[in-house]
Amino acid sequence: MTALHVNDLHVRINQAHILQGVSFTVPKHKVTALMGRNGVGKSTTLKAIMGLYKGTGSITFNGVELIGKETFEIASSGIAYIPEDREIFSTLTVKENLELAARKSTKQSAYEQIYALFPELQSRSAQRAGSLSGGQQQMVSIARVLLNENEIILVDEPTKGLAPKLVTEVADALAKVAKNETMIIVEQNLGLVKRVAEHLLVMDQGRIIYEGSPEKLSDPEWVHAMLGVSGGGAH
Amino acid sequence: MDTFILMGITGIGLGALYFLIASGLTLIYGLMGVLNFAHGALLTVGAFAGLWFATKVATATNTTNFLLSMIVGGLAAGLIALIAEQLVITKLYERHMDQALVTVGLALVIGAVLAGWFGNDLHTYPTPLWFAKGIKIGTAIIPADRFMYIGVAIALLIGNWALLKFTRIGLIIRAGVENRTMVSALGINVKRAFSAVFFLGGFAAGVGGVLVSIYSNGVSPLIAGSYLIYGFIVVVIGGLGSVPGSFLAAMLIGIIKQYANYYVTGLGDFVVVLLLAIVLLVRPQGLLGRVNS
Repeated sequence: MTALHVNDLHVRINQAHILQGVSFTVPKHKVTALMGRNGVGKSTTLKAIMGLYKGTGSITFNGVELIGKETFEIASSGIAYIPEDREIFSTLTVKENLELAARKSTKQSAYEQIYALFPELQSRSAQRAGSLSGGQQQMVSIARVLLNENEIILVDEPTKGLAPKLVTEVADALAKVAKNETMIIVEQNLGLVKRVAEHLLVMDQGRIIYEGSPEKLSDPEWVHAMLGVSGGGAH
Repeated sequence: MDTFILMGITGIGLGALYFLIASGLTLIYGLMGVLNFAHGALLTVGAFAGLWFATKVATATNTTNFLLSMIVGGLAAGLIALIAEQLVITKLYERHMDQALVTVGLALVIGAVLAGWFGNDLHTYPTPLWFAKGIKIGTAIIPADRFMYIGVAIALLIGNWALLKFTRIGLIIRAGVENRTMVSALGINVKRAFSAVFFLGGFAAGVGGVLVSIYSNGVSPLIAGSYLIYGFIVVVIGGLGSVPGSFLAAMLIGIIKQYANYYVTGLGDFVVVLLLAIVLLVRPQGLLGRVNS
């Protein structure tokens, strides 16, 4: 079963042709990892799916075309987004950040599940989100999408810029969330990808150059050739 | 000493008028990045709508009718702001130069329509008799209408704070001022918040228009005059997007301007511009503004 189908997606930002015909599918109830060297267009791909960058080509979600739709319509249709730089609302409290993300359909039990997953957020609910540590901010960023029923979650570099201990915490949380969810995760941390990914996409120069099983990540030579990094690293 | 008190309180009254203009400007800029040069024209629309109500509908000059006329002025200006936003501004989001040109054009059109309709002469705004009295504070006698300006500004500040703090739309506006793209990515139609802010900004300007027409001894299409410029100065000194910052800056400017005009003989405008320059050099984000990361 396919949740999302991207076909011949092109994105131009100013004069730069960033995505040059990206095509891939995202299977339902599986975690798809999107990997590649820096600057190949991974984050741009997620942003284009969210409608944050205007693209040409086709992005169909449950058979509905997303190109041309506004970001809030795409999000309302069940696509949740955890951005690269967390982008929590620093002047709002933790509770207000969550309340903002909540919809009419959000149940009280969803808050309880969030606080069970991230107990720190409950004790800091009245604290301004801007005064939280990077790891806690990432928890807010993840928590606000988990409040609602999502059909697919787009996660952009969730461990970027975090201290090693926090990387483990966030990775643990994501691994829990990933069970039974449809997710696309852009991540450089090979250990986290090996732990959660069930489907792998590799990008280079604005195109998908590999789509298939993540088992390939066990081959250090393949990893070095495709991603330019050593095959080690686990969190 | 009585002159010092008189100047201080009338300065606060003047600051209250600036705040009524600036509160809408700062939210509109903070949330949408729109420099709304038509905001001054909304002040004039509010003044004329209030005048129409006070002279054609509720003609008895008492406090209740005056307050009602002020609300009518606010609603009329809010409605015009909303129509302008829907017909013109929504087409030009992210096109800042075009927005500036269009809102300047709107201001000229509204001013010309009002001038053609009512002429440029001053029309007396009926007010309750107690407005003309003086209230003794210490040895100073303060014109009573100044307390109306101050009271309305404080009521608007509290109303604004309550809206932003306790309502869903207020939460969306506060988040949108910080990062409207992320608000959309959470599935929220942030453009509805834009419309609400335009209406509220117009409402405050319209209410301000009624009070300015009292302060200026009448209504004319020209009364907005320097108020829009002062509104922008207040917004910059207070910090873009900060309503409390605008309140603080408006009071500061009103008081400093009055003292400078009296004690340094007519140098009020110069001192305010000097204050603006100092704030821009020392604290470019304004008194209560945030530094953009």
